[in-house]
Amino acid sequence: MSIEVRNVSKSFGGRKVLDAVDLKVEQGELLALLGPSGSGKTTLLRLIAGMETPDPGSGEILFLGDDVRGRDVRDRQVGFVFQHYALFRHMTVFENVAFGLRVRPRKVRPSKAEIRERVEKLLSMVQLEGFGGRFPAQLSGGQRQRVALARALAIEPRVLLLDEPFGALDAKVRAGLRAWLRRLHSELHITTILVTHDQDEALEVADRVVVMNQARIEQVGTPHEVFHAPATEFVMDFLGTVNVFSGRVHRGEADFGTLRLPCANVPSHTADQVRLYVRPHELDLARDSGRQDGLTATVLRSVPAGSCAKVLLETVDGVALQVDLPFERWHELSPIDGERLEVFPRHVRAFVPDYSI
Amino acid sequence: MSSTFRRPSPLPGFAPTMAYTLVYLLLIVLLPLSSLFLQLGNLTWESFREAVFDARVLASYRLTFGLSAAAALFDLVFGFLVAWTLVRYRFPGRDLLDATIDIPFTLPTAVSGIALTAIWASNGWIGSWLDGFGIRVAYTSWGIFLALAFIGLPFVVRTLQPAIEELDAEQEAAAAGLGAGRFAIFARVLLPALVPAAVTGFALAFARGLGEYGSVVFISGNMPFRTEIVSLLIVTKLEQYDTNGAAAIAVVMLGASFLILLAINLLQQRVRRLLGSEG
Repeated sequence: MSIEVRNVSKSFGGRKVLDAVDLKVEQGELLALLGPSGSGKTTLLRLIAGMETPDPGSGEILFLGDDVRGRDVRDRQVGFVFQHYALFRHMTVFENVAFGLRVRPRKVRPSKAEIRERVEKLLSMVQLEGFGGRFPAQLSGGQRQRVALARALAIEPRVLLLDEPFGALDAKVRAGLRAWLRRLHSELHITTILVTHDQDEALEVADRVVVMNQARIEQVGTPHEVFHAPATEFVMDFLGTVNVFSGRVHRGEADFGTLRLPCANVPSHTADQVRLYVRPHELDLARDSGRQDGLTATVLRSVPAGSCAKVLLETVDGVALQVDLPFERWHELSPIDGERLEVFPRHVRAFVPDYSI
Repeated sequence: MSSTFRRPSPLPGFAPTMAYTLVYLLLIVLLPLSSLFLQLGNLTWESFREAVFDARVLASYRLTFGLSAAAALFDLVFGFLVAWTLVRYRFPGRDLLDATIDIPFTLPTAVSGIALTAIWASNGWIGSWLDGFGIRVAYTSWGIFLALAFIGLPFVVRTLQPAIEELDAEQEAAAAGLGAGRFAIFARVLLPALVPAAVTGFALAFARGLGEYGSVVFISGNMPFRTEIVSLLIVTKLEQYDTNGAAAIAVVMLGASFLILLAINLLQQRVRRLLGSEG
């Protein structure tokens, strides 16, 4: 089901949590709302669910083109999954999943046998066959969250809303559940909105990512778009590690002090004071290259673990730098702690400072 | 006595705290109780049975246990309503109402007994009005019920209040999202979560009722076989210098109350274990 949010605002006690937000969620896509805490992403999700109401006169929320603002969470047919599971503790796993079917009005309530069959099917879908008789307290965090998901899916929701579903789990379990969620989504094709503050989670799982900051949407795009073509300084900074320099832009060229680099994304007339962003993998290191277009920096430390080697340096101006090198290159160079190396940026993005971190 | 029942713990101070607990229990609780049992030594088995199974005594057991249970049940229902109102709604005078709940705790029981009698006796405010319909409250078992309900109410309210405050708002939201109406949420999600606290509140009110004396004696009329509670019977026996008989009845009450409370506690433990500490 497609969802459209038009010009929706929400305030809590005079503080604007959402400021005239517009968003369109396409039928069957998995959309991630990504942002730091307090950015308004959970509020947006709860507004879509019907657990909060938008500020009076602020805008509309459309499900398949129908305005649902007057409709209670009961009637919106949404499956909601909470960060802390919100399972019914006094009910078994089976009863938890069956709850949404049991509370239906008698006329549309499935028979006992049908309920049993559907719950068993859902439990096997979330890989919890044979756990029906257990109580939530007897399950691990990951298992509880899968029960919560099965419970949400039991009512055949038109949209699945996940509020930081893996936020309370440890890293290993999170990664497993993420991949599993993606597989589940490609089987069910149910429109899904996932709220998260974890950029890896958003970039890995979602079809499209909505980056939010301070009650507003900063950028909407595919993971590739938001990562490689960030629309704002905030998006650039929030997604992944960055090296930041203060500098100037003159006629499409970023001025790094001693060197100049082509930098197309800021019009030269905006301001001369800009911040320059380079991702760690967009920097290269060399020793006595003879080139004139590099910066000089002192090696502080190398971290040769992970998918690439991280080299931490400091420029002569005291700016901390991180450079990610492929291992072959790192071995070839073998940087020694304390030595001076030349740093060559391959790709620079400049942003006019418009917010403070 | 080292490793078998004492579980190793990184916290120091097991010996002094346990010793303190035992000494406290011994001095304050067990010593007086044991003197009660010692008193029994003066009795032959025959006279014990006679004292304990006398028809008048049996009637007072029935009355005391029956009315305590009924009053505790009544308190459970109304105490729940009061606790729910206090926690869930904001209204003027809420703090005042909240403070009023504890009055039965603090008031000397004799005072509450006399006050209740003054109101419900056939010449009292409500009693005189009820008298017109031929309904009598004071000096009947209704009066005892009223007094027990009065003193038991704060136990239920004060145990349920924190439990209602701690109800998980997300569980309610989750239930609503799954299509449950207000009543279904209340009956299937909220109420079951409050069962452990409700059982505790009921047990406390019930236990208090079993031992109550002061507030009941004024309103009950104390007629043998009809409105005579066990604690009054014990006092009566003492006044007749029948210390042994009084001790015998007291021991029976003690044993019965202990068994009932133990059963409730065990039930409680099982429920808590099942529900676990987090959802």
